[in-house]
Amino acid sequence: MDITLTIIGQSVAFFVFWWFCAKYVWPLFMNVMEERRQKIAHGLEAAARAEKDLELAQAKSTDQLKVAKVEAAGIIDLANKRGAQIVDEAKDKAKEEAQRIIAGAQADIEQEVNRAKEALRAQVSAIAIAGAEKILEGSINQAANEDMLHKLASEL
Amino acid sequence: MAELADAAHAAAGHGAEGQTVQEYITHHLSYLTYGKFPDGHWGLAHTPEEAVSMGFMSIHVDTMGWSLFIGAAFLFFFRYIGLRATSDVPSGIQNFVESIFEFVESQVNSGFNYKNPHVGPLCLTVFVWIILMNTMDLVPVDWLPEIAMAVGGLWGLEHMSFKVVPTTDPNITMGMSISVFFLILYYSVKSKGFGGFLSELAFHPFGKWMLPFNLIIEIPTLFAKPVSLGLRLFGNMYAGELLFLLISGLLGVYQLPAHFVWAVFHLLVVPLQAFVFMMLTIVYLNAAHEPAHGDH
Repeated sequence: MDITLTIIGQSVAFFVFWWFCAKYVWPLFMNVMEERRQKIAHGLEAAARAEKDLELAQAKSTDQLKVAKVEAAGIIDLANKRGAQIVDEAKDKAKEEAQRIIAGAQADIEQEVNRAKEALRAQVSAIAIAGAEKILEGSINQAANEDMLHKLASEL
Repeated sequence: MAELADAAHAAAGHGAEGQTVQEYITHHLSYLTYGKFPDGHWGLAHTPEEAVSMGFMSIHVDTMGWSLFIGAAFLFFFRYIGLRATSDVPSGIQNFVESIFEFVESQVNSGFNYKNPHVGPLCLTVFVWIILMNTMDLVPVDWLPEIAMAVGGLWGLEHMSFKVVPTTDPNITMGMSISVFFLILYYSVKSKGFGGFLSELAFHPFGKWMLPFNLIIEIPTLFAKPVSLGLRLFGNMYAGELLFLLISGLLGVYQLPAHFVWAVFHLLVVPLQAFVFMMLTIVYLNAAHEPAHGDH
């Protein structure tokens, strides 16, 4: 163990390096660390805020969804009602139209029947006259007349 | 040792200059020394004997130089990264430096309970500086000394020693631990007052009627702190370096696997010793900041 001036040199170096480190090295990293710590703190804070915002937005959207659902239900109801109304109206109109058509048809039919009746009536009288003529021709023979006379005579 | 050295010399064929293993290791364990010769003039020692003759008035140019170079390189590198650091997602190298910084800061935060903004930088300096100085141990033992000898040969210093691991020099480790010791004294007096500091030595742990015993216990405890702090680091690194040198000197061409195994083991020792030094510094300074005991 040869102790020399080196021990003093090293002690001096020790204090000089310590001073240099404390003045020119340590604060640099301290500042960077502190800055980063703050950045992270801000980031976390922002994240928390964003989470809260998200929650609010979700609540808001649920509310709006509810309102929209109610509104939609109302609109659907109204539409259904209106639809039913239109269908009813159409049904009524159709019934009326049908009645009208049926009535028209019946009138036509009656007219036709009457016309046919008139025609038939005219033809029936002719046929009756013809028939009467035929019958009158047939009855003017001897035997029939005699029979009739005989009967009349016997009754008398 | 001589038989071992001869056997190794014969087996390994080491030493193109006819060195024995003993000479080889001794050479690697000596310092490049600049100092005051006994006759009064200053200059570089050409032999280990000359270096020893200089005594205290000399400086180890190699270990001191590496220590300064490594410390300055580390600080300028950290400052360079720190100046370009952003608080956004850090890039690779910034991430690396920041992770070291955060590691040290968390150790200081958990181990040091008082408010002192200077302790963090102290621990960062000590930790990274020591890790890097220890890491010089992993540079193959002959590379830098051979280069140094080649360069030194230009000035007639072809046998110069060149030690590259600063923490295998007790001057370096003790220089740091004594600095820590002065800090312990400074902060103790600052936080407890001079009287408080003395009374802690004199009236603790057995009360004022056992004052001599208290002093006998407390004063060695106080001085054991820097000694154990410095010698622990020195001892670990010196032993590691010595084993590298033995492997290099004794095993010849078969040294590579042995070097590898020891280097892998040393990868654990390098950061561990730096960590221990830093942690003990924190513990000692924490104790120094404790307010005076009011119960005596």
